[in-house]
Amino acid sequence: MEREVLFRIRRFDGEKEYWQDFRFTARKGMTVLEGLYFIKENLDGSLAFRASCRMGICGSCAVKINGKPRLACETQIFDVGDVLEIEPLDNMPVLKDLIVDMDGFFRKHEAVKPYLIRKDDDYENPKELLQTPKELHAYYDFSLCIKCGACYSACPASATRSDYLGPAAITAAYRFCADSRDEGREDRLALVSGSEGVWRCHFNAECSEVCPKSIEPAKAIQKMRLMSAIHMIKSIFR
Amino acid sequence: MEVIRHDIVIIGAGLAGLRAAIAAAEKSKEVSIALISKTYPIRCHSVCAEGGTAAVLREDEGDSFDLHAWDTIKGADFLADQDAVEFFVREIPKEILRLDNWGCPWSRREDGKIAQRAFGGQSFNRTVFAADRTGFHEVHTLYERSLMYPNIVRYDEYFVTNLFIEDNAVKGVSAIHLKTGDLVFFNAKAVILATGGAGRLYGFTTYSHQVTGDGLAIAYRAGVPLKDMEFVQFHPTGLIPSGILMTEACRGEGGYLRNRNGERFMEKYAPERMELAPRDVVARAMWTEIIEGRGFEGPYGPYIALDLTHLGEEKIEERLPLIRDAARKFAGIDPVEEPIPVKPVAHYTMGGVHTNMWTETPVKGLYAAGEVAAVSIHGANRLGSNSTAECLVFGRVAGEKAVEFVQGKSFSEITKEEMLAEEKRLFDEFLGRSGDENPYEIKKELNETMDKNFWIFRTGEEMKEGIKKIQELKRRYENIEIVDKKRGFNTDLMQAMEIGFMLDLAEAVAVGAYARMESRGAHYRLDYPKRDDENWLKHTLAYYTPEGPKLEYIPVTITKWQPVERKY
Repeated sequence: MEREVLFRIRRFDGEKEYWQDFRFTARKGMTVLEGLYFIKENLDGSLAFRASCRMGICGSCAVKINGKPRLACETQIFDVGDVLEIEPLDNMPVLKDLIVDMDGFFRKHEAVKPYLIRKDDDYENPKELLQTPKELHAYYDFSLCIKCGACYSACPASATRSDYLGPAAITAAYRFCADSRDEGREDRLALVSGSEGVWRCHFNAECSEVCPKSIEPAKAIQKMRLMSAIHMIKSIFR
Repeated sequence: MEVIRHDIVIIGAGLAGLRAAIAAAEKSKEVSIALISKTYPIRCHSVCAEGGTAAVLREDEGDSFDLHAWDTIKGADFLADQDAVEFFVREIPKEILRLDNWGCPWSRREDGKIAQRAFGGQSFNRTVFAADRTGFHEVHTLYERSLMYPNIVRYDEYFVTNLFIEDNAVKGVSAIHLKTGDLVFFNAKAVILATGGAGRLYGFTTYSHQVTGDGLAIAYRAGVPLKDMEFVQFHPTGLIPSGILMTEACRGEGGYLRNRNGERFMEKYAPERMELAPRDVVARAMWTEIIEGRGFEGPYGPYIALDLTHLGEEKIEERLPLIRDAARKFAGIDPVEEPIPVKPVAHYTMGGVHTNMWTETPVKGLYAAGEVAAVSIHGANRLGSNSTAECLVFGRVAGEKAVEFVQGKSFSEITKEEMLAEEKRLFDEFLGRSGDENPYEIKKELNETMDKNFWIFRTGEEMKEGIKKIQELKRRYENIEIVDKKRGFNTDLMQAMEIGFMLDLAEAVAVGAYARMESRGAHYRLDYPKRDDENWLKHTLAYYTPEGPKLEYIPVTITKWQPVERKY
């Protein structure tokens, strides 16, 4: 099955911003990413976008498709319709066409100490740690974040406050705090309880809505708030 | 022009590159380490690894280092260097535990210990896994751990264009900073290549778009030999039509392969191991079924059914959730309900930059680790779950060796002349030229040629024709034009350069394959169907010349396992 589709792409060449239309024949099964490659290879080589795995696991190709942040690689063209409006993600500076600057996004992720913190860490002599399947499941879903930035793009708190850590970073903080092998909860709570942390969230759950891995960052933020509240009460009585 | 100095420059931030960076940083707080990648680190192809990482963890339950080594050597069709394999199998368990200590969400047994599953050609259930997202979790664990070290400096989205070597010693690399389009030079005492394989030479492939063999090509052009490039692995189960990997763990967890008559045909080809024979054996069996008319017919041509329906929803959700998700999204099939349409697919580059077992190349200060390198532990055919293991073990070795090497060494400067020449080559002669060839058309024809003439079954006649075609494409490539003339984030320029790299690598694969007049592992010739240890128990080395690859051969290291006939 084939039919003509229209890709309407918001472009930026470093100086000016404009919309450009591309019409071509798509076939059933073709993804939006395949459509972008078709345009680049046949219609306009200057079109810039990011892509790598084309199987929904590397997080490169998140863009806005008809207003909603999605992974281009796992979005079927025909599921969207005959007209596709494609734009770069929001809340990050646009570098060129569909490519946004993600450095700030990654800095926020780094800021929450997203790694296991253990007092007995011994590089030369690692030991097998025990973790039951139940303990694994307590955090596992939150370890699936691919850092594509879709949640950050959809987040109204991130739109108004550039210093807000955002859903992906707080989810990462929660993922490690909830890991039975971790001993760094206090460190991280101090980081996410501040004015740029969990209390900034407007809780309209757009992040969970758009997450391509169904991670529910809003849930992680809520759990982190609870953890942070308990931590504060405890510290009063200490 | 900007010159950036670091003691060690690592190119590539997938599993091997990240592991090398951590190893170097653990070994010394004083050395400065640059980690360069053309994407962001977690966008690397290593995240696509699904099934697992082989490691002997349970000697008390019957596994042993000798058994893992033997499986690997036999799987390799005896082209692996046995000293390297022995070292490798002994080192990997520690890497599994390190990742555990750093937060990797390994799948667990009920008793809380790390779980292991069956894999092709492995005679013990020794494949450690994190559901079917093993590579993804390993990469994220390493990336996150790497954030703890202040002496690792990341250069994300820098595209490396050249390697500078003087008096057979490495002195740095040049790279385009994609954001600005500026050419920058990295002056280094040691360089580690960790850029992965060359899988995008093929059209039907499991590889990410970014895996274009850049590190291989840069080293090759700079005079470093490539080893055993004719050995390209075809994974049995690529999803149709995209080629997305359906992990071997599908079969490890009990999945079947069926032809159109419903038969589990592997009983004809590998009665003992069935679907869990090594990949070369299974891929040939599937292709034979297809050629002989026993494949299913689909809109994208013939295929084989990967049947998981008998495993049940619960097991599929727990052990193979990514597979279910991908099959649904990319083929509209729920594997709980119906079999997945698959066929063999280009999956792994057994060959690579020639190194010894310490990741040292023939050039002083230049190291290579992971898929870009041929150590060689995979020989003519890699066993599933040995590649992520390789990245961890040899990434670590490369990082440590590089630290040892740079101690007390001084920098050797990249000269003004070299910098000007590189700038002229890239921007004046390449970006600035006009021509009437579309680089993407050349890539398309290259993919078609590799898929047709250098596929699972090969003949001298077809390969000769393929070599001619590659040479024609190389000539046409001289006449390409790059549409995008701007500097900032010029992905058009980057991809055109990648295509140039791929043409050189394709020629090395093709010429090496044509010359090897035997069948061994993944290299199967209908005109020479037997393995020939008398003449061909040796590694191929390909050296770059402007006229095409010049081949030499070196012996395989045999320690205690003599080659025998390979039966499964």
